[in-house]
Amino acid sequence: MTDTVTAPTSVPEDSRLKDTWLKRQLITLVIGFVVVAALPLILGEQAQTVAVRTLIFALMAVAWNIMSGFGGMFSFGHAAFFGIGAYTGAYLLVDYGISPWISMAVAAVISASVGTLLAYLCLRYRLAGSYFALATFAFAQMFLLLVQNLEVFHKTEGFNVPLLPRDSWWMLQFEKGSPNYIWIPLVILALAVLGTIFYVRSRAGQFVQAVRDDETAAASLGIDTMKYRLIAVASSCALIAVAGVYYTQYYFFVGPEQAFGSAVSVEAIVPAVIGGIGTIWGPVLGAAVIGPLSEIINELLRNPPGFLGFLDGAIGLDVAVYSVILILIVIFLPKGIFGTIRERWFR
Amino acid sequence: MTDAATATAPVKRRTLSGMNPAVGVATVVVVIMAVIYLVGGKDQGLVTQSLVSGLLLGGVYALISVGLTLIFGVLGIVNFAQGAMLTMAMYIVYALSTAGLPVYLATVIAVPLMFVFGMIVQATLLTKLTISGSHDGPLLVTLGLSLLIINVLLMIFGGRPKSVQAPIDGSVSILGAVASWPRVLAFIGAALVAVALTAVLKRTPLGLSIRAVASNSEGAKLVGVDIGRVYALTFGIGAACVAVAGGLMTPFTSLTPSVGEQFTILAFVIVVLGGLGSVVGAVIGGLVIGLVQTVGALFLPGTGSLILVFAVFILVLFLKPEGLYGARR
Repeated sequence: MTDTVTAPTSVPEDSRLKDTWLKRQLITLVIGFVVVAALPLILGEQAQTVAVRTLIFALMAVAWNIMSGFGGMFSFGHAAFFGIGAYTGAYLLVDYGISPWISMAVAAVISASVGTLLAYLCLRYRLAGSYFALATFAFAQMFLLLVQNLEVFHKTEGFNVPLLPRDSWWMLQFEKGSPNYIWIPLVILALAVLGTIFYVRSRAGQFVQAVRDDETAAASLGIDTMKYRLIAVASSCALIAVAGVYYTQYYFFVGPEQAFGSAVSVEAIVPAVIGGIGTIWGPVLGAAVIGPLSEIINELLRNPPGFLGFLDGAIGLDVAVYSVILILIVIFLPKGIFGTIRERWFR
Repeated sequence: MTDAATATAPVKRRTLSGMNPAVGVATVVVVIMAVIYLVGGKDQGLVTQSLVSGLLLGGVYALISVGLTLIFGVLGIVNFAQGAMLTMAMYIVYALSTAGLPVYLATVIAVPLMFVFGMIVQATLLTKLTISGSHDGPLLVTLGLSLLIINVLLMIFGGRPKSVQAPIDGSVSILGAVASWPRVLAFIGAALVAVALTAVLKRTPLGLSIRAVASNSEGAKLVGVDIGRVYALTFGIGAACVAVAGGLMTPFTSLTPSVGEQFTILAFVIVVLGGLGSVVGAVIGGLVIGLVQTVGALFLPGTGSLILVFAVFILVLFLKPEGLYGARR
């Protein structure tokens, strides 16, 4: 009898349940934050735009990862929710002069509601795997077509954000090259990662991972599978909508393709896959690889060194390179860069 | 093992009552068309014209979708690169025709090239993932492949639109509607390929092993089918189908590296409508979607009619996710 009582101790402990895990994540977050926050002080203007793009990538991938990595619902259409954010921000600012900070909250609510509704329908009708992915893809395409055909969203022309004469924290506009443009998305990203860390440890996070790993078993233990999945979807959609709002404010322009195009969904997926799906740091690491890499390649194409002269003027090489990386990672490192390192390190 | 066998058995089963779903779909389509014709308030000549162009377009859609559905049915993977492979075939035809070959001869050459390309892709990139049975992996690899093909084409040919002249020009009158010869030829070619493909699947030893792997890959392996080879051949056939479609479409398509993307999406819609894995379903789905798109354009101009296509897609996903001819996976 004593054997059966002591048996549970032999169950391997989940490192996430120990506080050292939390401490380690928080320390990593603080160090990373400080390092990146110092970047604008040493970077040139061109490198800054790369940094901002990388941060937006990271934010999108972190958002995608909540739903598709931890939640196991593979979304192929996160452009839908990014686009809702980008268009909400643009519409409220251009037509009503409302601050992007308020738009972020509004966009998060709209996007989370739409996402929850769509996911509810998909899950209700038991779409899984490829079917789920294709359904999300179709939703994103439908939004793209709707926006392209609605006068209120300026059809294919999109929105131009008016330039203000001087700096404004409220309207999120600063002098060109201001470090604020990096610090703002960095703070948002840090909060998003912090949120993910606590989410993964929380009941909701643990439950949704249980549902991902074995839905039948989780349901038989009394977990409300629908509820916890929808929580993951709602947070994911809300977060990527915030990224969308910031995108419009930074580039001063948004059109249907930049907001809802299938390339946007790809931009949310690729960093997460390269870094490691279902890990906290994977999406951030993936974005840190992809963002600068595509810029380096583009730079190489603009001023090719002698032996690469034949590439002069070629376009598309950056995407070609990252698609090769994507294919190789999926085949050889299915857990992504971070996932693989973690596996070797903390075995 | 018996569990697996009974679980996969319904895949091959036809619908319950034995009634062909095509009859139902055809009835619905005919009724809708009749309503548009009689009370739609549209010029009748215009409606006839859209009907004819819709069917002609649908034939080509069907051809692209047949390849996709075959790959899904046998390998269980959704080939996201189907549209990009279509573009690739079109550029091969373009390159050969600028070298002096007539378009339709160039198509005949492009088909085996794409077949080999498909086989290589499957053998090198996908077989391991296919056997492991994950669905994200192949989706991501084919997504990467799609981006790779599009951007390599962009690097080689640039982004400027290209066009190819068909050797046979002019148009033919069908029921008072005008249809250009290249489009009619594309439809005839698509029909011939669909018939040939069905014959191969039904009557040849290769078709038998493909069907065996599709219904139960474990079982097929046990009785000595080389499933790696069947996978590669299937993907090759899927690629060859888009090569035919691409070749036949080049005369009436403005070629850009991203031209195929919209067809990936449409092919999914069609394949889901027909039932993933069903060749007959893909043909009927193709014709239906072609009609929805062109007839819908009477009411929603521009890209608006594609919204109808997606509405159909989502309705089908929710109401009958197994499609007209498929079984649920």
